[in-house]
Amino acid sequence: MLNNADLAAIWLTLKLATTVTLLLLVLGTPLAYWLAKTRSWWKGPVSAVVTLPLVLPPTVLGFYLLIFMGPQGPLGKLTESLGLGTLPFTFTGLVIASLLYSLPFVVQPIQNAIEAQGRHLGEVAATLRAGPWDSFWHITLPLAKPGIVTATVLGFAHTVGEFGVILMIGGNIPGETRVVSVQIYDHVEALEYARAHWLSAAMLVFSFSVLLALYLLQRRKSADGWRYGPQ
Amino acid sequence: MAMLFSLVARAEQLTIAVASNFAAPMQQIARQFEQRSGHQVKLAFGSTGKIFAQIYHGAPFQAFFSADQAKPAQLVELGLAEASSRFTYAEGKLALWSSKSKFVDSNGEVLSHGSYNRLAIANPKLAPYGAAAVEVLQQLGLEESTRRRQVQGENISQTYQFVASGNADLGLVAVSQLLQDGSTTKGSVWVVPEHLYSPIRQDAVILQRGLDSSAMNEFWEFVQSAEARAIIRAYGYRTAQKIDNNINAE
Repeated sequence: MLNNADLAAIWLTLKLATTVTLLLLVLGTPLAYWLAKTRSWWKGPVSAVVTLPLVLPPTVLGFYLLIFMGPQGPLGKLTESLGLGTLPFTFTGLVIASLLYSLPFVVQPIQNAIEAQGRHLGEVAATLRAGPWDSFWHITLPLAKPGIVTATVLGFAHTVGEFGVILMIGGNIPGETRVVSVQIYDHVEALEYARAHWLSAAMLVFSFSVLLALYLLQRRKSADGWRYGPQ
Repeated sequence: MAMLFSLVARAEQLTIAVASNFAAPMQQIARQFEQRSGHQVKLAFGSTGKIFAQIYHGAPFQAFFSADQAKPAQLVELGLAEASSRFTYAEGKLALWSSKSKFVDSNGEVLSHGSYNRLAIANPKLAPYGAAAVEVLQQLGLEESTRRRQVQGENISQTYQFVASGNADLGLVAVSQLLQDGSTTKGSVWVVPEHLYSPIRQDAVILQRGLDSSAMNEFWEFVQSAEARAIIRAYGYRTAQKIDNNINAE
């Protein structure tokens, strides 16, 4: 069945997905709010950038990250001058890569949920003398809760399923960058099919359960505007 | 002659799976063969493990150029490949390489004394060059002291990439990769003495689907010809000693 190396990979994957999801909720929610509310010309370009990881193959993302975070890249130069070394082959590097990779899966559901609320509520709140901060915390966020739940689940699940980018910048270090998907790849490539089966089956069951739970939840509260994807 | 031949023989199409590390020389060999024979050669590149799995599950390849000896042998055992066709088409050489100039000295002492951030090797479980790299480190008594700084590429191409992008100061890569770029001058290199690792032999076999093809027989002859072996050597591989002796020694 699962051996110690497999368990270490599972633990590392869960740690990565949790860290990334929490960070994305903190960073992604204001971004989603801005995208939902703004009339700025920048909305187009910013939306495009947020959506890019959905369309780009992981090889492109991984290749650019390797260069960008490398000693000749802008981020690599910055981290080196701060005495942090370079980011590829480190857990922190994986977190940064995954933030980009899973960004659309968190931002879009929250943005959809906020957009669906319309401007009307905010105007009513304003006439009742609620400041923008007040109405964000007490109206926008509570009403966007279903969208935030979707974002959390998808962000987490998508990070768990990440493979190509990690393969390209991870360096396959046990306990540091060797996540479940890479471990499965190793097993398959080494023709250890039995071990690959156990891990793959675990991954399949996990992903199916997560998505099933999400869809059941969505059906129960079929509020408009917060489903993920086209309406 | 070649023209005449192609008029006589019916032009066939061959589909051949090739380990990625051998992509460049094989493309050149295939092109030469096409011009000679009038046959067409389609090449599919991939990692040895993946190609093996694809053949096992019925992929339409007629021959396989592996990065190791184990997979072709296993295919023969499984009855998926022709035993008598198996031969060693190339032997890989290992080099310690840095993309920084003057970083690697001519004795590879940087490995034991130098200050470097990371040493990239190919995954020893998957890649023959990775297994050879571990052997070298063991022979030099450096396996323990380098372990903390080791990073692994899934294959030798990725290992090369880690060093080329400067993310790893050092890497144990294939000599063929350094020549492929046409510039051994880029960075600094130490060609690892061959007594430090067992030969990295790469075998090829004709698969079941290629058995009845006369074009495949022609191709097999061509790959073992002096001309094809010259191409293979130009890319930094050794060609098998046995065949060398038949013609004349290099």
